[in-house]
Amino acid sequence: MRLLELRDVSKAFGGLTVVDHLTMHVDEGEIVSVIGPNGAGKTTVFNLITGIFDVDSGEIVFEGERVSGLPPHKITDRGIARTFQSLRLFLNMTVLENVMAATYGHTKASVVEAMLQLPRSRREEKRIRALAEEKLAFFGQRLVGYRHDQYAYSLSYANRRRLEIARAMATNARLLLLDEPAAGMNPNETHEITELIGELREKAGYSILVIEHDMHVVEGISDRVIALDHGVKIAEGSFDEVATHPLVVEAYLGARAQEEAV
Amino acid sequence: MSAPADGSPPDGSPVTGPTEEAAEAPKVGVDEWVARHEERRQAHGGLTGAVIQGWDRVPPAGHLAILFAPFVVFGFVANEGNLYRYGLITLIYALLALGLNVVVGFAGLLDLGYIAFFGVGAYAFGIMASGHSGHHLPAELAVPIAVAFTALVGLLLGLTSWRVSGDYLAIVTLFFLQAFVIFVNNANGGPSDWSYPFVGKVDITGGANGLDQIDPLRFFGYSISTTKGYYFYTLISLAVLMAMLFFVNRSRTGRAWRSLREDPLAAEVMSIPVNRLKLLAFVFGAAIAGYCGTIFGSVQSGAFPGDYDVGLLITIYAIAILGGLGSIGGVVIGALIVNGVPELLRSSENARLLFYGALVVGLFLAMRPWYRPVVVIVGTIAFGFVVHGVAGAVWPRGTAGHIQGGARLAGPLEHWVLLPTHPGRIGGWAYFALIAMALVLTLVRGWWRTLLLIPTLYLAAFVWENELVEQVSGATRLILLGALLVVIMNVRPSGIFGTARVEVV
Repeated sequence: MRLLELRDVSKAFGGLTVVDHLTMHVDEGEIVSVIGPNGAGKTTVFNLITGIFDVDSGEIVFEGERVSGLPPHKITDRGIARTFQSLRLFLNMTVLENVMAATYGHTKASVVEAMLQLPRSRREEKRIRALAEEKLAFFGQRLVGYRHDQYAYSLSYANRRRLEIARAMATNARLLLLDEPAAGMNPNETHEITELIGELREKAGYSILVIEHDMHVVEGISDRVIALDHGVKIAEGSFDEVATHPLVVEAYLGARAQEEAV
Repeated sequence: MSAPADGSPPDGSPVTGPTEEAAEAPKVGVDEWVARHEERRQAHGGLTGAVIQGWDRVPPAGHLAILFAPFVVFGFVANEGNLYRYGLITLIYALLALGLNVVVGFAGLLDLGYIAFFGVGAYAFGIMASGHSGHHLPAELAVPIAVAFTALVGLLLGLTSWRVSGDYLAIVTLFFLQAFVIFVNNANGGPSDWSYPFVGKVDITGGANGLDQIDPLRFFGYSISTTKGYYFYTLISLAVLMAMLFFVNRSRTGRAWRSLREDPLAAEVMSIPVNRLKLLAFVFGAAIAGYCGTIFGSVQSGAFPGDYDVGLLITIYAIAILGGLGSIGGVVIGALIVNGVPELLRSSENARLLFYGALVVGLFLAMRPWYRPVVVIVGTIAFGFVVHGVAGAVWPRGTAGHIQGGARLAGPLEHWVLLPTHPGRIGGWAYFALIAMALVLTLVRGWWRTLLLIPTLYLAAFVWENELVEQVSGATRLILLGALLVVIMNVRPSGIFGTARVEVV
């Protein structure tokens, strides 16, 4: 079943077309990787899906309903959550608060209820605290225990990436968009994150769209790979198909290199 | 892969300590190491440590009680004048800073129009209940209406924050404050005033003369008439609002505010309707300021344009920043310092105590080991008597003066500091010399600095007794307050109770 569909989506900044008539989809329970050289438009695609930018033409459909044109927080409420390539945590808030903040969309207690500590507010608070702890527990020993009350700025780089994923999970999303989850990680951590992405699907049931430059990660996790260059989809298929596709090789290495390789 | 024999971690990061310690101690840069380092950095030994740990163990309600107990006692023992100057004004400032804290501290919106809401509250109340307007609504109606109206104005101003943020929002809101001041200065129905549709010229605010004869707060027939009454009314209001904001801060709304302060884009993508929360923050801030305005208006029994200007805005910002932006208890401490210190310093007796006390404390804080400050202090005292003795012989006029504003220390001081009968220009030149010597002090090191400190301190005392004490109710107390603020903000850059920290990447 189609979970997310981009239908003929285009986006231009001034005269520069960044995403050019892109059509792609993510199925329920699938892990799809988007690859492409720097400036290919990968992150722009994420920004279009999450509503940070409006599409110029075409439409984006999630679970059969059009989401393009909605404000970002409404799109997240529908079930799409993302992480950022350059981490954007709430640094002066604790680890637990970072995750709890992301539950805003599916909590109801009004500010008056909170002010007067009415029962619904207290119940809800208890519930989302448990929910946040559960999401953090997904990362094993990395983010548990005393770290819950530590400020996010004190976390290491790898743990910040983990916390961003935990925060995205707390929105009750069904589809996670991970923007370069392995960027800046050492080989051990990269290996760990590869396994984690697998677990996110197997144990937690997420569908995942991931941007990644590390080909080991892409090879290890992807059901399907989509290659972009200059905002155009140049190849789609299994990792092996895409990795050996002449247009992909050209995009990464240039036309002459490809001739020499042949 | 096994670690190298020297115990350094395989990834090549430097070793932190001896090998056996490194085996169990976390590696540099790893979270646990950061956490422990932080703990060590913040750990205090001895009395300070015990106080901080004890404070942390007390539940939030206890904090509130500890913070307010002195205020309650003060309310019963202080006389009318002191209760107004030290008590009521401090509480009103604290209440204002509490509202500002929501907008700036929680939601991170740089609102420079905040004080206008204070004025809107006072004027709105005055229009509904004053001899000037001729209406006399009871406070149980007038206060809620004034607060609701102020909140509505806050909502309208908050709309600008949808499109502009940061410095730009600051400019727009500052413009709003100026527009408000100009409006209340002119909306008196005079010849230059605007003629409104349907009603023509109306006196709304009383113009530059202010809106006078505002009624006292009269709830259900019971009217607050004494300073003491207003003091406790404000104290209870502050305590209740602090408790409420404490709960809001811990709720989903508070977290949403803080996350939009930290990163509005990430907040929006994490399902937080950023625009609605910005408005909510503006409405909250405006409502608290408006409520405070109703109190201030009836305390003063009038609303005057000059009271709601940039000067007060800066004072309230100073309080919020000093207490720690985002900290609820901090506003009370901030207000105490910013309002209390300059008031205390109006008397030269108090100012003198603070001056010499701060010098001694500063010496002990800044100099190690402990005997250096002792040497300096003893040296300065001896130096003073010697200079005084010599001057008494060769320059009689230099010791013939008297201490300003008699003090307990007056006797000894008159035998120690040079007190020319007419200090005049000597005091001014000594002031410049003092600045020059302070600059020279920063250039020398070690024992030279210690030795040079002795005449510098003596010169400081000379300048103090001959020049600064004379203006203690004017410039001097502001200089001292400024110095105090500089010191506090150096010691605690994020405010006394603040936790926000700028990350060094």
